Amino acid sequence: MFTAEMYESIKKVEATREERMKTEPRRMTAEEKEELLKTYHPDYRADGFEEIKVGPNKGEKAPKELADLLHSNSILLTDKVDLSKVDYDCDVLVIGAGGAGCSAAIEANEAGADVVIVTKLRIGDANTMMAEGGIQAADKENDSPVQHYLDAFGGGHFAARPELLRRLVMEAPDAIKWLNDLGVMFDKDEDGRMVTTHGGGTSRKRMHACKDYSGAEIMRNLRDEVLNRKIPVVEFTSAVELIKDDKGQVAGAVLLNMETGDYLVAKAKTVVIATGGAGRLHYQNFPTSNHYGATADGLVLGYRIGAPLLYQDTIQYHPTGVAYPSQIFGALVTEKVRSLGAMLVNKDGEAYAHPLETRDVSASAIIRECANGKGVDTPLGSGVWLDTPMIEILGGEGTIEKRIPAMFRMYLNYGIDMRKEPILVYPTLHYQNGGLEIGGEGFTKAIPNLLVAGEAVGGIHGRNRLMGNSLLDIIVFGRNAGKAAAAKSKDVVIGEMNIDHVEAYAKELEAAGLNTGMTSPLLLPKYARHER
Amino acid sequence: MSNMVNVFFYGKKYEVPGDLTIMTAMEYAGYTLKRGCGCRHGFCGACATIYRIKGDNTLKTCLACQKQVEDGMYVASIPFFPTDKRTYSINDIKPTQQIMMELYPEIYSCIGCNACTNACTQDLNVMQYIAYAQRGELEKCAEESFDCVACGCCSVRCPAEISHPMVGLLARRLVGKYIAPETAHLVARVEEIRKGAYDDMIEKIMQKPITEMKELYNTREIEK
Repeated sequence: MFTAEMYESIKKVEATREERMKTEPRRMTAEEKEELLKTYHPDYRADGFEEIKVGPNKGEKAPKELADLLHSNSILLTDKVDLSKVDYDCDVLVIGAGGAGCSAAIEANEAGADVVIVTKLRIGDANTMMAEGGIQAADKENDSPVQHYLDAFGGGHFAARPELLRRLVMEAPDAIKWLNDLGVMFDKDEDGRMVTTHGGGTSRKRMHACKDYSGAEIMRNLRDEVLNRKIPVVEFTSAVELIKDDKGQVAGAVLLNMETGDYLVAKAKTVVIATGGAGRLHYQNFPTSNHYGATADGLVLGYRIGAPLLYQDTIQYHPTGVAYPSQIFGALVTEKVRSLGAMLVNKDGEAYAHPLETRDVSASAIIRECANGKGVDTPLGSGVWLDTPMIEILGGEGTIEKRIPAMFRMYLNYGIDMRKEPILVYPTLHYQNGGLEIGGEGFTKAIPNLLVAGEAVGGIHGRNRLMGNSLLDIIVFGRNAGKAAAAKSKDVVIGEMNIDHVEAYAKELEAAGLNTGMTSPLLLPKYARHER
Repeated sequence: MSNMVNVFFYGKKYEVPGDLTIMTAMEYAGYTLKRGCGCRHGFCGACATIYRIKGDNTLKTCLACQKQVEDGMYVASIPFFPTDKRTYSINDIKPTQQIMMELYPEIYSCIGCNACTNACTQDLNVMQYIAYAQRGELEKCAEESFDCVACGCCSVRCPAEISHPMVGLLARRLVGKYIAPETAHLVARVEEIRKGAYDDMIEKIMQKPITEMKELYNTREIEK
């Protein structure tokens, strides 16, 4: 149900629809995009950032909320844990049980390594589960990994690390095949050809999907496979600090049972950080499309032990988060809605931009429209229309229910039939483009035997990520990390374990005059309201 | 400020704004959620919840993140449900009717009460997909169960003690791996890459200076 004012605006959207559908909106020039980003993209708002005062990225900027966590001490500075009492002893410790963590665990297990997964919520409670639109891979005749490279490199503002992007695009078809062989039900036609569409910034239709449950379908297959292989999964247990040995190698992690508050010690020859993103830090007060546990824990753990970050100052705001109704504010409206033909339209019924510009450009254009009074007012801000009835006109009746059933269900729950009425959207905090720096083989360069996979990695995508390259990266880099960790673990001998870096870091903070009054990692966002 | 309503979390009364979801209302009331909270957007099934409205004897099920609070709502979340998943090797099983009999024989004890369908938070026809599984119609079972988020509300209500989400998942994996037609263009591309068909080209593009990459990117042809 919309408000009376919204219905007034809908009339204008309907009035211009027929005319709009005759022409494709013009794509912006490189110069226009640059100007738009500088003026409206949240990454350019100086007051959203703070200088990092300690550690390997000292002097660089980070979102304020992340900087606060990097400027905080470990809880183990005051809580003492006996590292000699080992609860888990393994070859490969995987921290995080989303798409990257589970892919790593499956491949490490396949390679014969002894693997343990720890996760602060349940296995599969991860952004992977919520990815809707699809996964890219250049597997059609008119496409190639080189074309995929060009799209991703340009879309990421020419900042991706070539050795990482190379792995992403070259191993993409094999990742799809691996998933298909696990049992993932991709959308195919009767001959077995993948049904593929465009995403923002792609030059070929290479978006593979499983309706709009793409991530969920991938995640539930991975989860089932982990369970079938009987890989131990320790749920509701967070890593709160990495452990080193006297040779300076990573040697495991101190864990916290989220329910009892007890500490545990995991000793491991190799450690894979697969902790995902940071949406729940709500940078610049944005709502988020991320899951409950997305609090940048892995970035904090890695940074405190000495691993540098890369592009920690670039964040992806997904152009189309739910702007209305309030109950689902910030939830993701998949880019696939635009892939299927829906245009972005302002209050006056104008298609003010091409619907499939890259995400940073598209988000900035929505922010521009709303800042200039061309947005529709909502109880929590404003938004622009996503003209979903166009999908039924273009693809035929039933297209929405068949291709994007999750979106249809989500809106119908609140009395909005997106087949007949457009929906209101505004950018939502979606993805951390940056993260811990790794080399082409998946290892951090600073800490031996420490690997990173998935959203916690920085540099794969550069300073903006294309739709469908994240589901891809968690599989490609998750699998790679699992294989690399298993192989490496064969040669590792762990020395005397310690967490001396915790005190060393505290001294650095003290010397820099920092005292946030918090400990990090955050583990869970603070949503509980306490009146007193 | 919107209208306030009275809700009961585990029987204890709280006054909360009426436009909140059950999940955000619990947080408004002061709960810090650990269990019973996952993606918060209706995809993960972590927040399976049962409730009853005062004066109505119907026991209802929902996802706490998707359901708006109502006055007089008695709410209890289901923090964990011991779904009975059977383990198997996907490479060793075959997409036959017998596989359901072997792994989930209890589906044949279904008494047709339809409680599973009534309990489904995704409005799926759960009893129907179990019927498809019984008959070995795996594709239909997979299609009908596709939107399942495995919250487990169906299994909670089932007198035959069936773990419905696990049955749907097995059917979907079998269909994805064995029944859906093979993708020839995918197999071919994987093989080309394995043989090194793109090695030189990718090496070259990686070496190109940024100015040249910008030119290539900004003038690239976009498939219609």
